[in-house]
Amino acid sequence: MQIARFLFYPIFVLLGSVRRQRLLQVGLAIVVAHILMAFICGPTGNKDDPYGLTRWIPPYNPTKSYPEIPRLAPPSAAHWMGTDHLQRDVFSRVISGGWAPIVVAFSSIAISLTIGSILGWISGFAGGLLDRVLSLSMDAIYSFPSMILAIALVAVMQPGLVPMIMAIAVVYIPTYFRVTRAEVLQIREQTFVEAAHAVGAPWWRVLLRHIAPNTVNAIMAVSSFNIADAILTEAAMSFLGYGLPPPAPDWGFDIQNGQRFLQSGYWWLITFPGLMILSLSLGFGLIGEGISDLVNPKRRRKKVG
Amino acid sequence: MGGIGKYIVQRVLLTIPMLFILLTAVFLMLRLMPGDPVLAMLGGRNVSPELIEQRRKEWGLDKPLHVQYLNYLAQVVRFDFGKSSRTGRPVLYELRTRLPATLELAFGGIFFAALFGITTGIWAAVRADKTSDHVVRLFHIGSFAIPIFWLGLMFQMVFAVQLDWLPVAKRVSGIYAYTFQPITRFYFLDAILLRDGKLLLDVFKHWILPAVTLGIALTGFLGRMTRAAMLEVLDADYVTTARSKGLAERVVILKHALRNALIPIVTVMGLQFAILMGGAVLTETVFSWPGIAGFLVRSLDARDWNAIQGTIVFIGVFIATVNLIVDILYSIIDPRVRY
Repeated sequence: MQIARFLFYPIFVLLGSVRRQRLLQVGLAIVVAHILMAFICGPTGNKDDPYGLTRWIPPYNPTKSYPEIPRLAPPSAAHWMGTDHLQRDVFSRVISGGWAPIVVAFSSIAISLTIGSILGWISGFAGGLLDRVLSLSMDAIYSFPSMILAIALVAVMQPGLVPMIMAIAVVYIPTYFRVTRAEVLQIREQTFVEAAHAVGAPWWRVLLRHIAPNTVNAIMAVSSFNIADAILTEAAMSFLGYGLPPPAPDWGFDIQNGQRFLQSGYWWLITFPGLMILSLSLGFGLIGEGISDLVNPKRRRKKVG
Repeated sequence: MGGIGKYIVQRVLLTIPMLFILLTAVFLMLRLMPGDPVLAMLGGRNVSPELIEQRRKEWGLDKPLHVQYLNYLAQVVRFDFGKSSRTGRPVLYELRTRLPATLELAFGGIFFAALFGITTGIWAAVRADKTSDHVVRLFHIGSFAIPIFWLGLMFQMVFAVQLDWLPVAKRVSGIYAYTFQPITRFYFLDAILLRDGKLLLDVFKHWILPAVTLGIALTGFLGRMTRAAMLEVLDADYVTTARSKGLAERVVILKHALRNALIPIVTVMGLQFAILMGGAVLTETVFSWPGIAGFLVRSLDARDWNAIQGTIVFIGVFIATVNLIVDILYSIIDPRVRY
């Protein structure tokens, strides 16, 4: 019960406060629309033809070339976002291409949140040599450009979904470590923690029941921004060719494909996938803004105190 | 030696273990790479086992891991990263000749980020909680959310292909590629040294799109910093005093408020170098900019071990140094900083 409340706390807070937050509303609307679209149009379990024909959305199979589709035709009534050089429907690819960024962003942030926060709790709570060594290692990773680190990590592994998730997860562990550690250092000095120690609670109980739950707010505020960032990183990776293997639809990779035809003026090939990346990342950014306004309402007000 | 001296020593000493951890991480990461690097470098399947064995010996890859590690550390300390298997030249030479290009781009990025970020930040702070503040806020959030490589491509499409005002990519036009002998490799500086106005214009035209692209990636961050710093300063008593003296609002904001608000902003700008380098990877790739970040991407593609190792270490050392310098400068400029 305790665990459940702890896990769902962020969702309760979100639901309870959505009504008052315009940014949060817009952000949630964008993100929910994207997630629905990604999972309706995304791949199915069918190994031979994951984007199979049994479905009515998207209009065409995004991975298949159709002889009746013209090559590199501009947007029209039949093909809302035009067609590409392999006689595929760009609209179908665009609406099914969100699956990879969403899966990668959520999984990688879930992993780094878990590992980073646990390390942060322990490090901040224990202090001493362990804390010093961990902090220094985390700072070393943190100070290095995360985009470069993620790309290098995915490049030394094989391209694909799991390597992308792992690379992005590694990059964000220090962020969660730093946030939770800073919170723990503050909370651990407070009277209620002292009281818990005084009544003889074991250390793990103090950490899990009294300290950890109080770091959730800070973790939550950071997470949304990190997901937005992770989506951009995924897009960059797949743009550089380390994403899903073709012909799976993936926005970054489609942009890379379109780049070859940029000088010929085929604008639709890169414009639409890019707008999708932008809107998805923007959605999470807006949620993050909304949450920070909630967590720290004074921040936006002109007069402080 | 006062407090500052002690602080500097402490700060330097703290940088060393951090670099050490970074070096170790790079070493381990490359050893985890699947596929035989020797095979990849020799570039094909039809290579005799003798040749592979010979190369393995040459590069010291036949030795146990801890020996390899010590050799690697010894190399790095001497800044000797070996030869790039892709270009055949020493990695350090490749990095040295490419660094000016990256720096030129990075300065451009910082310049435009400051231009867009600080102006919009001031504007938002002065009009806090009004409509324009909200619009600027959305612009700042948008600048975080925009995929930088896509922005670069869109710029190319609009300004280079459709309007044909600017070149698509590279640092200079083809006509200069053979005649132009770079001196410093900072092309702006070279053009001035050569007293070649046409070249200067050409360099500028090539530079503007990537620089703006990179700048926009940092605009949101700087803009929000500026807004927050300005809001704090605008409430201060000395600003009220300046206003009550009857000074023009413009003077109060630009001269009295902004100057003090700039201190934290400038510091943060220095520390944003890491993000800037991350953006440079994509900007350099999109614009075929011959810098070190684009070099890294091509080396990763070619599985060019020495080049990957060397470039990552180089970038790490470079950023650690920039952060160190910024920190120290900050402690000297702002006496309120405690050591």
